[in-house]
Amino acid sequence: MLEIKNLHASAQGHEILRGIDLTVRAGEVHSIMGPNGSGKSTLAQIIAGREDYEITEGTILFQGKDLLELEADERARAGVFLAFQYPVEIPGVGNVQFLKAALNAVRRARGEDELDTARFLRLLRERMALVSMDERLLKRSVNEGFSGGEKKRYEILQMALLEPSLCVLDETDSGLDIDAMRIVADGINALRAPTRAMILVTHYQRLLDYVQPDFVHVLAGGRIVRSGGKELALELESHGYAPFMNGSPGSDTATIVTNTAGAGRKAAIAGTGA
Amino acid sequence: MSSSTTTPELDHWESQRYKYGFVTDIESDTAPPGLTESTIRLISAKKQEPAWMLEWRLKAFRHWITMREPTWPKVTYPPIDYQAISYYSAPKQSPGLQSLDEVDPKLLETYEKLGIPLEEQKRLAGVAVDAVFDSVSVATTFREELAKAGVIFCPISEAIRDHPDLVQKYLGSVVPVTDNFFATLNCAVFTDGSFVFVPRGVRCPMELSTYFRINAKSTGQFERTLIIAEEGASVSYLEGCTAPMRDENQLHAAVVELVALDDATIRYSTIQNWYPGDDEGRGGIYNFVTKRGKCLGNRSHISWTQVETGSSITWKYPSCILQGDGSKGEFYSVALTKGRQQADTGTKMIHIGRNTTSTIVAKGISAQQGQNTYRGMVKILRGAEDARNHTQCDSLLMGDRCGAHTFPVIECGNPTATLEHEATTSKVGEDQVFYLLQRGLTEEEAVSMIVNGFCREVFRELPMEFAVEATKLLSISLEGSVG
Repeated sequence: MLEIKNLHASAQGHEILRGIDLTVRAGEVHSIMGPNGSGKSTLAQIIAGREDYEITEGTILFQGKDLLELEADERARAGVFLAFQYPVEIPGVGNVQFLKAALNAVRRARGEDELDTARFLRLLRERMALVSMDERLLKRSVNEGFSGGEKKRYEILQMALLEPSLCVLDETDSGLDIDAMRIVADGINALRAPTRAMILVTHYQRLLDYVQPDFVHVLAGGRIVRSGGKELALELESHGYAPFMNGSPGSDTATIVTNTAGAGRKAAIAGTGA
Repeated sequence: MSSSTTTPELDHWESQRYKYGFVTDIESDTAPPGLTESTIRLISAKKQEPAWMLEWRLKAFRHWITMREPTWPKVTYPPIDYQAISYYSAPKQSPGLQSLDEVDPKLLETYEKLGIPLEEQKRLAGVAVDAVFDSVSVATTFREELAKAGVIFCPISEAIRDHPDLVQKYLGSVVPVTDNFFATLNCAVFTDGSFVFVPRGVRCPMELSTYFRINAKSTGQFERTLIIAEEGASVSYLEGCTAPMRDENQLHAAVVELVALDDATIRYSTIQNWYPGDDEGRGGIYNFVTKRGKCLGNRSHISWTQVETGSSITWKYPSCILQGDGSKGEFYSVALTKGRQQADTGTKMIHIGRNTTSTIVAKGISAQQGQNTYRGMVKILRGAEDARNHTQCDSLLMGDRCGAHTFPVIECGNPTATLEHEATTSKVGEDQVFYLLQRGLTEEEAVSMIVNGFCREVFRELPMEFAVEATKLLSISLEGSVG
């Protein structure tokens, strides 16, 4: 689904990503964890096609296509979805209008027919139940007057509606209370599918109490310094990121551990008892 | 897109953006350029006007030659040679048309191309149209139906002949003959426009609209519109405007007067899409317009809504004189400037009566090298007890070569007044655009959605079908101004 090789990226001459290798297959859920400023959000933004970064080296293949050749909107229509860390407000643009335009843009690209308003609203109501969203929010403008938790749920709703192949969730758990976290996690779990891959970018381990990743990667200093299964997240929870920080920029001591699928799967199964 | 060389592809692209830029090839009767008393006599004679009308025009002209063109607007343009303009141009056709069947098919075709079918079977339901082509009205639809309700809707040239009492009573009663340079010029040389009279207690049964089209080269269009709503009457009126693409600038100096008596309501909407000129600022219409409404009666209500996307220069301030107690004035405006367009627009709300209220919502959008100025005045006279005004003035910038300016003036002569003024300036946020791109919309769709959202408070004041039209127009106007 997604193959990132030796990705280097910088912003305003400052190198942020220093050689990322990451392979994500259909059906897998990967969690990317790391301290603040490690480049996690940058990676998410680059996958989505934000133009503020310069790719100095490396490649990203998405379903065999060169992702870096595509504009942000082309990527979205091809099935790449980013749940934003800070969803932006768009005054005067109604949520229904926005969601319908987005869904029909994606449907057109998939060769499906566009939904008329009645069919669209039926689908929307069905998907809203998934994230327990209050229907009254639809009367407002995009993200306007939404609480932090409502914004995050709204991102998951959009994901549920657009049914992307690759979902990148950028700190979707930040700023959520425990109830909202559970709703968001339920939404994410409901959307897990053999044809869909997910990347959860997160600072804390707590989302992973609800969503079991197949793989956990630690990103520090612009590199993936360690990869493992679910147990890696627990290790981070008890020891923090400090042990990985000597792998930060300029240091040659970083150990890049490649994915070990078996360990990840096992951890995921072990964790489901919670 | 900033290339200065012209290639056929670019020409095509340009004409895609302004799809009303075609010329109707029709034989016309055009006065030679120049403006003297004999020009005015010629216009008056062409219109078969009574003597009082000619006298009124001549009085205006004699005053106009003593006046100076205003220099205070924040717009720049080379001096206009008023002697190089032709002040009358009309398509040649047999005079005294009895029905649409006699109208030159080329004219019908022109309006059809503009989306305003005039033939009976194709007409828009519920909208009566007066079609003004250069200096004359070529057709007015649904007149009989309106007449049954007692509503007069006809070309003003006809009203001068058929309803002289009404015209003499109200013409110049809101915008005096000596009001300002362009208005006075209009008084001297105006050629056509619409006349609406809604008698006491009548709600006009359909939307009225006038569609102005400039076609002939080197001519000016001097439209004159007068709308009167008697006690308890109400009417909604809409005007649209387009012109061919030409390298020269053309002058459009209009005067619109509205009079609302006790408990009357007039809603006046404008979708102005005159040719804006090309990206280098060549050509385009100079839209120098005086629009004013008088809330003469108690509890009367006048509402202006304008969507200004065309013209190379727009200079207009639709205003309200709130004379009747409890009267209400509103101004809702969207002005878009791109390329080298300049707009200096806003309103004046003059509170004279007690308990008068006014609302101003002005949205300016500037793209490329467009310059957008909001100029507004709220004046509370001494006797205007408990007057209220709310002004909201928002500017949206796209790119870093455009400009937005605001000049709000408040004069308050009564301590019981409540005045509020809000103003914001924002840029189309990269974050907003990226958010929409990430959901699969193209960049143009994204920008159009954001800008239309910005204008929503104004668009919702428009009659339904025109709100849809305005949304489309804004999207078309923004094409190519992204990035």
